[in-house]
Amino acid sequence: MEAYLRDEEVEVLLNDILSNHGYDFTNYSRASIKRRLTRLFSFDRTPSFAEFRYRLINDKEYVKRAIEQVTVNVTEMFRDPLFYKSLRDHVIPTLGTYPLIRIWHAGCSTGEEVYSMAILLKEANLLHKSLLYATDLSPTVLEKANSGLFPLSSMKQYSENYIISGGKNDFSSYYTANYDHARFDDSLKNKMIFATHNLVSDRSFNEFQLIICRNVLIYFDKELQARVFNLFDESLQSLGYLALGSKETLKFSSIAKKFVPIVPKEKIWRKME
Amino acid sequence: MMSRCELLIIGGSAGSLEILLNILPGLTIKLPFAIVIVLHRKSSINSSLAELFASKTNIPVTEVEEKDPILPSRIYVAPADYHLMIEADKTFSLDASEKINFSRPSIDLTFQTAAEAYRDKLVALLLSGANTDGTEGLSQVRQFGGITAVQDPEDARVPLMPQTAIKAMKIDHILKNSNIASFINEL
Repeated sequence: MEAYLRDEEVEVLLNDILSNHGYDFTNYSRASIKRRLTRLFSFDRTPSFAEFRYRLINDKEYVKRAIEQVTVNVTEMFRDPLFYKSLRDHVIPTLGTYPLIRIWHAGCSTGEEVYSMAILLKEANLLHKSLLYATDLSPTVLEKANSGLFPLSSMKQYSENYIISGGKNDFSSYYTANYDHARFDDSLKNKMIFATHNLVSDRSFNEFQLIICRNVLIYFDKELQARVFNLFDESLQSLGYLALGSKETLKFSSIAKKFVPIVPKEKIWRKME
Repeated sequence: MMSRCELLIIGGSAGSLEILLNILPGLTIKLPFAIVIVLHRKSSINSSLAELFASKTNIPVTEVEEKDPILPSRIYVAPADYHLMIEADKTFSLDASEKINFSRPSIDLTFQTAAEAYRDKLVALLLSGANTDGTEGLSQVRQFGGITAVQDPEDARVPLMPQTAIKAMKIDHILKNSNIASFINEL
């Protein structure tokens, strides 16, 4: 084994990042954050722990990179296609009854799921009256999301996902190939608002009819999960929907009694009060 | 060395399902430690691996939910398409990050995180498979004082995975198929 960070060293780094830059990872599950800090430390061949620490305190550009690297940014379009099928069948028709549809993608990473949602809305003829708020704590991933450019090499799989999700069109009609990238249609992006928002420390900023936060809460400890559930509750209007990742649940949370599962298998709940 | 095992992790890939289904009926019901099974499989299929295993044993079998505490006399199955990590406080956490060596769940990662959390109270067993996942994890288990075991490559349907581990380090136990259940019962 090359580089290795001890538990105490991880705590030191997390405290440094918090006190110098305001990013609070101290309520993140330890195994994952430790692995990712270790990976960054060894990948960048930082000569010593002291030097790694110094960079994380003083080098603003490096901190940006570190934030992107320690958070998990694995995502895809129409990820878990049956989840999107459930949205089409059970959620979108109800959303259509509102004069203005507001959706929040919390922890949107590089935006693939936001573009997927815009496609669903477009196909239901609802995009014109929708606003998709897409937030993440990392400015770097938001820049990518905002570019509307995704690797062309991923399109084959996204197209398969799209079809399983119930898509009827030719998926390639949503983008133009541009060297090794697919540039998604501006009509999708025009309805998106990208902004940094940190679920750990920032407050509710609007009221939504649908909040999507998938594979974000698994990285938080129970205390932080409870905070975020309250934040979502505050940010959802009555009869709004909350969608989580396939291994995440509202079940044991304090807000659970206000919510009923709509599609239990796909982790979609509706706020009943 | 015996009788202090608190956690057994079994890692497997191609060719491991059959052998697991053969081993399970032979296991003692009140084993004083937890068993975690990390198996590569296709993520697209909505698998009910835990149900399949539960049909072969009276030990309670569940698919891991994030933050579950690790309790003795139970079998936990890693969910498809997530990495399964073991926390220092002996709970599970899930991680949806990049595949490691084309695998998610990564056997290496579960072995490695458990090695630190359980040290000499961990036993790691690697079964049949067509890739090299597990070897790095076993070496970390060894480093932290845990016990390493592999299925005898001669008995494995796809020998590469246990073979790679045997080439890389001194493995404590190389097990014939017929001996795996009793090995586990005696831990």
